[in-house]
Amino acid sequence: MQDPAVHTDQTAGHTEVKETTCYMCACRCGIRVHLRDGQVRYIEGNPNHPLNHGVICAKGSSGIMKQVSPARLTKPLRRKPGAHRGDSEFEEISWKEAMDMLAERLGKLRGTDPKKFALFTGRDQMQALTGMFAKQFGTPNYAAHGGFCSVNMATGMIYTIGGSFWEFGGPDLERAKLFVMIGTAEDHHSNPLKIQLSKFKRRGGRFISVNPIRTGYSAIADEWVPIKPGTDGALFLALIHEIIKLGLFDRDFLTQYTNAAELVVDDPSRDDHGMFLRDPDAEIVEGCTDPQNKLWWERNKNAPVLARSEGADPRLMGGYTMPDGTPVKPSFQLLKERVEPYTPEWAEGITGIPAETIRRLAHEMGVTARDHKIELPIRWTDCWDKEHDTVTGNPVAFHAMRGLAAHSNGFQSIRGLSILMTVLGTIDRPGGFRHRAPFPRPIPPCPKPPHHPDAVQPDTPLDGMPLGWPSTPEHLFVDDDGKPVRLDKAFSWEYPLSAHGLMHNVITNAWRGDPYPIDTLFLFMANMAWNSSMNTQDARRMLTDKDENGEYKIPFLAVCDTYSSETVAFADLVLPDTTYLERHDVLSMLDRPISEFDGPVDAVRLPVLPPKGESRPFQDVLIELAGRLKLPAFTKEDGTPKYRNYPDFVVNYETSPGSGIGFLAGWRGKFGEKYLKGEPNPRQWEQYAANNCFFHHELPRSYQYMRNWNKGYLHWARGHGLTRWAEPITLHIYSEVLQRFRAAAQGKRPGRQPPDHLRERIETYFDPLPFYYEPLESQLVDRSTYNLTALTQRPMAMYHSWDSQNAWLRQIHSHNYLFVNPKLAIAQGIEDGDWIWVESHLGRVKCMCRYSESVEPGTVWTWNAIGKASGAWGLAANAAESRKGFLLNHLIGEELPQGGAGQHLSNSDPITGQAAWFDLRVRIYKAEDQDKSVTEPQFKPMKTLPGQTARARSRWQAYVAGVFGRR
Amino acid sequence: MHPAFSVILLTTLIGAGQGLFLALFTGQLYSSIKLIEAQGADFYAGGSTISLLLLIAGLGASFFHLGRPERAWRAASKWRTSWLSREVIVLPLMMAVVFFYGLFHYIGWTEPFYVAGGGILPIDVTLVLGFLGVVIALALFVCTAMIYASVKFLEEWHSPYTVGNFTFLGMASGFMLAAAFSAYLGNHLVGFYGTWAVIFTLLALGTRTASLLRNATLKHKSTLQTAIGVRHRQIVQKSQGFTGGSFNTREFFHHQSPEFLKLVRLAFLVLVFPLPLFLILISYVLQSPTLPIAAFLVQYLGLLAERWYFFAEARHPQNLYYQSIA
Amino acid sequence: MTQLALVIDLNVCVGCHACVTSCKQWNTSGWAGPMVDENPYGADPTGTFFNRVQTFEVGSYPNTETVHFPKSCLHCEEPPCVPVCPTGASYKREDNGVVLVDYDKCIGCKYCSWACPYGVRELDEMQKVMKKCTLCIDRITDQSLPERERKPACVLACPTSARLFGDVHDPDSEVSVAIRERGGYPLMPEWGTKPANHYLPRQKTRMHISEDELQRADNPLTKEDITVYTGEETIDDVTW
Repeated sequence: MQDPAVHTDQTAGHTEVKETTCYMCACRCGIRVHLRDGQVRYIEGNPNHPLNHGVICAKGSSGIMKQVSPARLTKPLRRKPGAHRGDSEFEEISWKEAMDMLAERLGKLRGTDPKKFALFTGRDQMQALTGMFAKQFGTPNYAAHGGFCSVNMATGMIYTIGGSFWEFGGPDLERAKLFVMIGTAEDHHSNPLKIQLSKFKRRGGRFISVNPIRTGYSAIADEWVPIKPGTDGALFLALIHEIIKLGLFDRDFLTQYTNAAELVVDDPSRDDHGMFLRDPDAEIVEGCTDPQNKLWWERNKNAPVLARSEGADPRLMGGYTMPDGTPVKPSFQLLKERVEPYTPEWAEGITGIPAETIRRLAHEMGVTARDHKIELPIRWTDCWDKEHDTVTGNPVAFHAMRGLAAHSNGFQSIRGLSILMTVLGTIDRPGGFRHRAPFPRPIPPCPKPPHHPDAVQPDTPLDGMPLGWPSTPEHLFVDDDGKPVRLDKAFSWEYPLSAHGLMHNVITNAWRGDPYPIDTLFLFMANMAWNSSMNTQDARRMLTDKDENGEYKIPFLAVCDTYSSETVAFADLVLPDTTYLERHDVLSMLDRPISEFDGPVDAVRLPVLPPKGESRPFQDVLIELAGRLKLPAFTKEDGTPKYRNYPDFVVNYETSPGSGIGFLAGWRGKFGEKYLKGEPNPRQWEQYAANNCFFHHELPRSYQYMRNWNKGYLHWARGHGLTRWAEPITLHIYSEVLQRFRAAAQGKRPGRQPPDHLRERIETYFDPLPFYYEPLESQLVDRSTYNLTALTQRPMAMYHSWDSQNAWLRQIHSHNYLFVNPKLAIAQGIEDGDWIWVESHLGRVKCMCRYSESVEPGTVWTWNAIGKASGAWGLAANAAESRKGFLLNHLIGEELPQGGAGQHLSNSDPITGQAAWFDLRVRIYKAEDQDKSVTEPQFKPMKTLPGQTARARSRWQAYVAGVFGRR
Repeated sequence: MHPAFSVILLTTLIGAGQGLFLALFTGQLYSSIKLIEAQGADFYAGGSTISLLLLIAGLGASFFHLGRPERAWRAASKWRTSWLSREVIVLPLMMAVVFFYGLFHYIGWTEPFYVAGGGILPIDVTLVLGFLGVVIALALFVCTAMIYASVKFLEEWHSPYTVGNFTFLGMASGFMLAAAFSAYLGNHLVGFYGTWAVIFTLLALGTRTASLLRNATLKHKSTLQTAIGVRHRQIVQKSQGFTGGSFNTREFFHHQSPEFLKLVRLAFLVLVFPLPLFLILISYVLQSPTLPIAAFLVQYLGLLAERWYFFAEARHPQNLYYQSIA
Repeated sequence: MTQLALVIDLNVCVGCHACVTSCKQWNTSGWAGPMVDENPYGADPTGTFFNRVQTFEVGSYPNTETVHFPKSCLHCEEPPCVPVCPTGASYKREDNGVVLVDYDKCIGCKYCSWACPYGVRELDEMQKVMKKCTLCIDRITDQSLPERERKPACVLACPTSARLFGDVHDPDSEVSVAIRERGGYPLMPEWGTKPANHYLPRQKTRMHISEDELQRADNPLTKEDITVYTGEETIDDVTW
């Protein structure tokens, strides 16, 4: 062999290095792709990228294998005439035929009843374009996967602090001293969090993880606090209880920056009970979301004053009577009264965490926040023109994810967490929670969904945004009888604040024709016939179910995907998408950018390889389709298409003519001299390419903190089109928005009221203060039978269903086990490795048991989406993924047990419609037949599709860039 | 360890081959000082042929153990450090000696050129070659055994017993084969070789039993605590890091149940020791020409089991790292 | 003499497997490649990897520690795998102490793997030669790479920078300092193999709060004590 010391890679073939952005998961790191003779040689993290600083994860490093995956779709396909849906019998067609077919069908729908077309996408980082297409088409039936991902996290926090975790904000671990992570396994913000966690630990920070399961990040926590799933709300309430009781809250922060001291009417007999008392004479900015006309009770004068009056010092506690006799209380007093019964002892019984531990956690948080303050010498001016010489930080940081979100009580739990973070005074301060542009946004943000069925008209764009942030019942998208207008019933009285839609109910609702039948369901990158659906078996049945005339109940199903997922088998029309290395993409400020704490960042993907076979980027398909359908925003006055393709669209599109706001924020203006706002720049792509594929605007230091109330920042943000208002974004300890819905349910409010059968539901859950309730499924099933909670965790080396086709990653997780605490297993005679049944109210699955000491004994869990349907994803029919792997989704209802009292209520949070995956109650027992070593249920193997690569079945794969498959 | 049949065959076949050669030469030595009846050239040439065939078959089997047998010649280069390399050198020497030993007998180069010991021991070329062969055969036993005994990580093997076992078991089977060969030819050496076979079998029984007893109470040096450097009494592997198996889960595990192992141990303890002894002793009584052959075959079968167990019994410390899939 | 090695910080490793696949992608197309996969899309896929991340549970619930444990060739100072090799295919480099296999000399006898207590050598089942971690020898010695990149792929990839790389014989190197100051330890020291790679143990940060810290004079509750005086009788009215 050649001496390796003289070996150099540069001389082995023709070498090129191209920069782009990873998409092996939603984290979106900058990457450098090394090519050798046109094949991917090596993918490394881009050291200049603000997100990953050169590191790369297991998935990112395995991107090479996506390019050689046997699951690649390379031809447009049509279901064979006469073949049954789901049998994966397809024939190749040309793109022209495919587009003709789609354009003709959609054209007819648009001309008659646009809502019969539903577009749902698994990918939420492209919503700016897909949402725009839906709006221009005129259908309200559009959403991405947020409804079953973590809309509770987004809404719970955005309705409280004007920002949330992940793209919207996060823990400032660079300066934090105590970090509390709750309900987080692998995270969206994967590499940045890993980078920060290790630095944090090396600096001697204290890391506490609250989680029923100790995996991943929790493994390196200084303390693991196991908690029963779905009870986090109770923990937060008890922590707030203890913090208020001991006076460990940040009073100055609460009074000035939150609505804690603002007076709420406290007279249940009055219609305005629970609403803020407002001074009608105060000067306010018309139209803004949260006008500054509320009142304080001044402690020295012992009288009401306009909130934040110069020199005023308000009461946070007590009850008072206004001169006109109106009884009022500061909202903090209401919070105090609310958490009074929520003692650590009370929480111990619910969460399983000893009361002593809860107290200690509260003390650690409170004392760290109060006694380890950070003062940064940064001058800034607040919205009330007060100059500050320093920025103060209370260095307690939190992070939470789906462990909180995916419960039917998640919204209120997350409100509880946000309020805990607020009473500790940690919002947008060093060492606490920090926003990421375009956040903070008003509470709630300005876009609203349409509010009446009239918003949907033939051949007309939708009047309103398909998704938005309701703040009163008048923003709900319901008809005059209070019935939903959207197929998924989002923004209806059933789930009023469903800001991300309810994709998880689309198939069931369309199948049932409730609220109405549709014609065409277009799914992009969403595996709704497998791991993205709850109640997967029924979802598969519904997709193939026919009416009495022998027609499919969902008449036409178009699927765009890069790979032969389980869902592709059910399509009538299959459109092959490209991989992330073969296309242009934007990670846009209009969407989910990759901003840093210090300022806005957006990024692009650039193709480093040509599309494989006849695959085409979905964006190009959508833009061509929009042109063919003559959707106004995509069509010139002469009726011809406005944009050649997606890159052309990205450069030239403006949100409205002359707005200067487009998909990319960097290098705007004719010569690339402007940013955020500016006329289109024809060389914008080139300038991104020349700058590591991202644009980063670092804010002046004085704009980097306290942005909810930072006058300079808010005006800058207003000026650059990031926010609608420059008004302060006061934190909502007390949510008047929720109270409005409650008052409507109580009949105390003019205007829209919920239908009678939902009044009690709205009144109960729309509590303006956080409260704890048992998850809905637990309330409805027999808890003594289904005595366990079953969860999934996302493994760090797998992204949902995407990676089983990846020859390297699947060797790490080719099948999965149910992890069970040995105490529990032994009591049931189950041995490590035994075959067991896991049963919920919906059905049962068979799988293998693995003992684990790092799971709370009332919880069982498995890795998410490892199990596959036989033959899907280009794998052999007998692959371990289908024979030994299993999917927990079969057990999770998309609707509440017993049909949700006959109302077909979604198994979701009653406020936001967040799918309650983690509410799942199960029992386990040993399988009778231990020798039949195959998981159940099993499905008929999916056939290989025309155009899928045939090399899949060869025994050896020896990948060497430059020669692979060419010798 | 995974018992590879190539290695099981290699060690048992060449062991019998070496043993047979030693038996032939012992016979020659005894007969040259007139202690036993002399045999003709056919006996030595035939016996040498069998011995050589066994050695060749063993060598052939060893090639199946190699990933790249075409490069096997390279294996001779590191004789200073590697017992495997030494074996690779000594085995061909052994084969050469056996070949020429048989050849010289066959072509009758048996005229003494010197008589030693005051006229008692006539020395011819074959005798010189034979002495050389004895040294080489013993060296080969040591080389083969040391391949295993020198690996300190395999503590079941890392003991002088391994050398004893390989040597005595090889000699037992070789002498047993000589007895069988004699019985087949119908000469009078069945008792001579049979008795030596019994002696070597008993010696082997001693060392093998000792090694079994030693291994039964062996306390392995490495533990999960030293493997990952965490000091806690309760450590359990949850995941070896991959689900589909690897070289490390194939090469170092026998993938059989403990019950099966016990069965194999019982089998070899019966087949190698009491049964052949019983058969060979009976054969003296019955003057049976077939029972010695049966005794050899039974013992060889037992040796296959013994060698299988030898591998399966050894627990490699690397296995601490490969215990669980999750 | 230089002895290059990895020092793996178990205190920050979250078990993400980044080192596993970054190693695979660099090396499969590099000097040490290919790293072959068998049945890549079939029933039970298996393939050559130089690096694995394992998971151990220490203790019992609720006092459980989950330990993620990356493991690759430890580049022993006394590598037991080298002298047993009959062909000299396994060797330890004089210049930097990296233990390598020359595939052209390897006969695939697997003897070296028996002589390694750590289970870090893997036979390529297609090419039938022994393969192992090279510390990305073709990166760390490639002078045409920028200095920052002259590190093993796993080290560059690791998101928690849990993998330090350097010369353990240089007392002032980052790795030597880490071993010295953080209690770095070798695996299975009982064999005298002197692994060059070391591991850094877990460390705990705890917080101590005294009673005084919970009761402070500036407690904001003092601003909220509201006592309402009305005309009712007091002791002051009735005692003398």
